[in-house]
Amino acid sequence: MRYSGLKVITEGLFGNKGWKPAWRNPAPKPAYDAIVIGGGGHGLSTAYYLAKNHGLTNIAVLEKGYLGGGNVGRNTTIVRANYFLPGNQEFYSHSLKLWEGLESELNYNVMHSQRGLINLFHSDGQRDAFARRGNAMITQGDDAILLDRDGVRELLPWLDFEQTRFPIYGGLLHPRGGTARHDAVAWGYARGADRRGVDLIQNCEVTGIDIEGGKVVGVQTTRGPIRAPKVGIVVAGRSSQVAAMAGMRLPIESHVLQAFVTEGLKPVINHVISFGMGHFYISQSDKGGLVFGGDLDFYASYAARGNLPMVEHVMEAGMTLMPMIGRARVLRSWGGIMDMSPDGSPIIDKTHVEGLYLDCGWNYGGFKAVPASGWCMAHLMATDTPHEVARRFRLDRFATGHLLDEEGTGSQHNLH
Amino acid sequence: MRLKCPLCGERDRREFYYSGAADYLSRPEAGAAPAAWDDYLHNRDNPAGVTRDLWYHEQGCAQWLVVTRNTVTHEITAVELVAGRAAE
Repeated sequence: MRYSGLKVITEGLFGNKGWKPAWRNPAPKPAYDAIVIGGGGHGLSTAYYLAKNHGLTNIAVLEKGYLGGGNVGRNTTIVRANYFLPGNQEFYSHSLKLWEGLESELNYNVMHSQRGLINLFHSDGQRDAFARRGNAMITQGDDAILLDRDGVRELLPWLDFEQTRFPIYGGLLHPRGGTARHDAVAWGYARGADRRGVDLIQNCEVTGIDIEGGKVVGVQTTRGPIRAPKVGIVVAGRSSQVAAMAGMRLPIESHVLQAFVTEGLKPVINHVISFGMGHFYISQSDKGGLVFGGDLDFYASYAARGNLPMVEHVMEAGMTLMPMIGRARVLRSWGGIMDMSPDGSPIIDKTHVEGLYLDCGWNYGGFKAVPASGWCMAHLMATDTPHEVARRFRLDRFATGHLLDEEGTGSQHNLH
Repeated sequence: MRLKCPLCGERDRREFYYSGAADYLSRPEAGAAPAAWDDYLHNRDNPAGVTRDLWYHEQGCAQWLVVTRNTVTHEITAVELVAGRAAE
């Protein structure tokens, strides 16, 4: 079924009885040409592009819970391409371009809103670093505008510019940055993959990876064994556990990152704003809730909830930056599990097992990467060669020294 | 979250700095192969369940601690001094 304005009107006139489920709910077949483990944003986009770009339609996505039930359904929805390092730059630039065409591509409203992202700076040194970053973004072909204090004041007059600790000197505006509806991205890719014949199999947990003579031959699941000559592990949040089934020990430590949302308010924040010095960022959802967050809780965790010290820290940072939000009431908070890598950048690569591929290590930047991650992972699985824009996301880069340490904070997993 | 420091007693999580897995205690010998250093610095078991990691009592006794913890429930079952372990 193709969605359209006309369809909405005719369904409305006839009691909305004509809507069909957006995808099938098939039982697993005994064998496929390829299997993607993980039915989150990245897994679903991988399956979609395997089918669309590479003509592989006899494939399955295996999801232990329900589609889009992990981090793609619990993040703060920011989409941007403001990276500095070659390797990251071209990848996120490619991803943003895919976002810009995603709704017509998927015939699905992912509510992509390019409302502009503003990274604030608070010293002369930080201004120089942001000017350099902005130039790098422009060189890459994306957009960046360096705002001085008056420039920021014009857009965000209600910030506290004269805070004693971090007075605001200006900001780097990335006009094409913004937000999207998180669930809708997963649902749109799921529907698109299903329409191309991909089997999306839910409640199907992978319990083992079958390897014979150094080649992958299939997987064991809670719904029986399934054979396939190619298997992609796309399970950020549980990467270490699934990779261990193939005898791998990954450069990943899992950490919890909290996020918060207030009650719905009238439109007040028109951009995505980040206050790096205070570890705080905020945007306003289309529903009106202020969506904000801060830094990791800093200790390894698989609990999808955090502790109170970080809650307090984030609230304090928010009050420092914009005292006007002090009377908004927080509706709920939650935590997501991040694959933290030692340089803060992801991994899309082959493994030591032939036919087994890995897409993981998204730290807390996985959402904006959903389209390009699927695009590049599908390219890798279909052609056995890395995609041009993801060629530096190597699994062995920590051993070889070719790190992509965007923040320059060193080889400690929780510092990125 | 509260940690029971062997020297200071039970203290708020904010007094402690988290460093990472207790793997950092198993430093390779000088002259070890590069692969051993890569494994030591980067690769982790990263269990969903009981783990042992290193914390530093930054705002207390300034001792490094090995904490045995559950990463799913955040339950803490043991806190030992790194210094004490070395003396054994």
